[in-house]
Amino acid sequence: MTQKTTTPALETRGLTIRFGGHVAVNNVSCRFSPGTLTAIVGPNGAGKTTYFNLVSGQLRASAGEVLVEGEDVTNLAPSARAHRGLGRAFQLTNLFPQLTALENVRLAVQSRADAGWSLFKVWNSRRDLIEKAEAILERVRLADKRHVAPKTLSHGDQRKLEVALLIAMEPKVFMFDEPTAGMSVDEVPTVLELIHDIKQRGDATVLLVEHKMDVVRSLADRIVVLHNGTLVADGDPATVIASPVVQEAYLGVEVRP
Amino acid sequence: MTATPAIPASFDEARPRGGLLAGLLSSDMPRSRALSFILIAIVLVLALTPFLFSGSQPLSTAAKICVFIVLVASYDLLLGYSGIVSFAHTMFFGIGGYGIAIGLEKLGADWGSAAIGLVAALCTSAILAIAIGLLSLRVRAIFFSMITLAVASAMAVLASQMSGITGGEDGLSFQLPYALRPAFRPFAEPVFGVMINGRIVAYYLLFFVAMGMFLLMLRIVNSPFGRVLQAIRENEFRAEALGYRVVAYRTAASVISALAATVAGALLALWLRYNGPDTTLSFAIMIDILLMVVIGGMGTMYGAIIGAALFVLAQSYLQVLMEAGSKALAGIPLLPNLIHPDRWLLWLGALFVISVYAFPGGIVGRLRQGKRN
Repeated sequence: MTQKTTTPALETRGLTIRFGGHVAVNNVSCRFSPGTLTAIVGPNGAGKTTYFNLVSGQLRASAGEVLVEGEDVTNLAPSARAHRGLGRAFQLTNLFPQLTALENVRLAVQSRADAGWSLFKVWNSRRDLIEKAEAILERVRLADKRHVAPKTLSHGDQRKLEVALLIAMEPKVFMFDEPTAGMSVDEVPTVLELIHDIKQRGDATVLLVEHKMDVVRSLADRIVVLHNGTLVADGDPATVIASPVVQEAYLGVEVRP
Repeated sequence: MTATPAIPASFDEARPRGGLLAGLLSSDMPRSRALSFILIAIVLVLALTPFLFSGSQPLSTAAKICVFIVLVASYDLLLGYSGIVSFAHTMFFGIGGYGIAIGLEKLGADWGSAAIGLVAALCTSAILAIAIGLLSLRVRAIFFSMITLAVASAMAVLASQMSGITGGEDGLSFQLPYALRPAFRPFAEPVFGVMINGRIVAYYLLFFVAMGMFLLMLRIVNSPFGRVLQAIRENEFRAEALGYRVVAYRTAASVISALAATVAGALLALWLRYNGPDTTLSFAIMIDILLMVVIGGMGTMYGAIIGAALFVLAQSYLQVLMEAGSKALAGIPLLPNLIHPDRWLLWLGALFVISVYAFPGGIVGRLRQGKRN
């Protein structure tokens, strides 16, 4: 009996995808309120990234709907969903490898400003876009590497740049897919701070797929657990972590020190 | 195929420069002293050809270079900047040629007919480019290339079959508007010792339109739009996720490139007073374009100028050079035969294999690299 108080920033209704006979995401209905940070956890192959792909449009759902602020975006291409406010960062670093870090971010800023269809201006006449991109690089502590191409950046710096691109899109919903994966231990706090910072500023809604339970505990307002493509638990961190189904399905093995 | 990174890391391209030149070149400077020098030399020689050389062959060679600068730059926009491999580029080149030819042949030799022909050709090219783009840019790159190949072949067959309109294999010869005919004399007196006639007027028409088209394309690849094309070339999946409609951008790039190729075809027809399947539609020209882009440097635009100039010069004068060499070496066994003018294609081929092998980033890439070291 939940009373609908505000329109959720993001909602999925019965979201399902089948690959042949395999149901990778099975009837997942979930609402994400503005200003909350939700961690999506689950064992490998639980369907977390697939769920993300369905939400941001890289995959088309077999059934169900995706709504952004009440608007149905299920049939829109990824680019159109990005303009509706869905910002997606990727698990495997996914950047423009030969363009500079600044250009990577500037392209995201330019998309946000809807300036891509300007054909007869020189790109650098839009000082505002460049300055904004520089400010974001400053924010993710990559200002000194603005002219370096991602292919020569360290893995940790690539992850930071990925976060920078997401910030530059100014989405309503930030979707992070294991942002700290493969990072060295001393680099992890920087990225977590950035995510924390995003949450603190404005009323951004953050979805975070994460394996590290300490990270989840420290950041999340709410935890959603996926298991074999099905939503098996949903609630505040303490309750979810304590629930028997979660202990058995996932956390019981993972959390033990 | 991906282009080599064109921007050295130390170069701060984000700082806008003032000045007329930077504006004209859309802030995309040659960034190498040698390259600047070569470019200035080529453009200067092209600009002064009617005054520097006598006879019709140098002027024809220069005109052909102007046409190919536009054609090769438009292909670079597609291949080097957008990462699209199309084999239909000569089709658009041919449409431009036929537009002018049919217009002037059927409607009479005046500027109005030329304009009607050109506009009709531009519209045809745009519609075809949009159709090919929307139908096939969604599929994998290799299938797109195959589709362009099929469409281009079909068009070539069509052009040679519909002889009532296109003149078939014979092509169309036509009269130019009076101001472009050899008999036209705008000035009673020679200018700098050269009597200006309609041929020279036609040459300058080609030259200025070619330079204008080149600068326009240089602007487009350096616009916010051009930057999106490069992003799509690098990682189309990410570009889409950032909010860029990849299919729409690619289609737009195809259309722009097709329109520029159409203009190039129109210029060539104006110069030759003739258009036929062999001058604009043949697959051999497609291969020449590819070579010129790669030799000049993919994704650099300036490569088009160098590639076109070098290639056309080699095509026009390698035989002459070889004949001289062959005669000079007469008496020595084997050698005169080896560089007999009849073998010029062999040597042209060898030259290009060597240059592609030695400069993978093209001549422009090599010169810019040289500056950094």
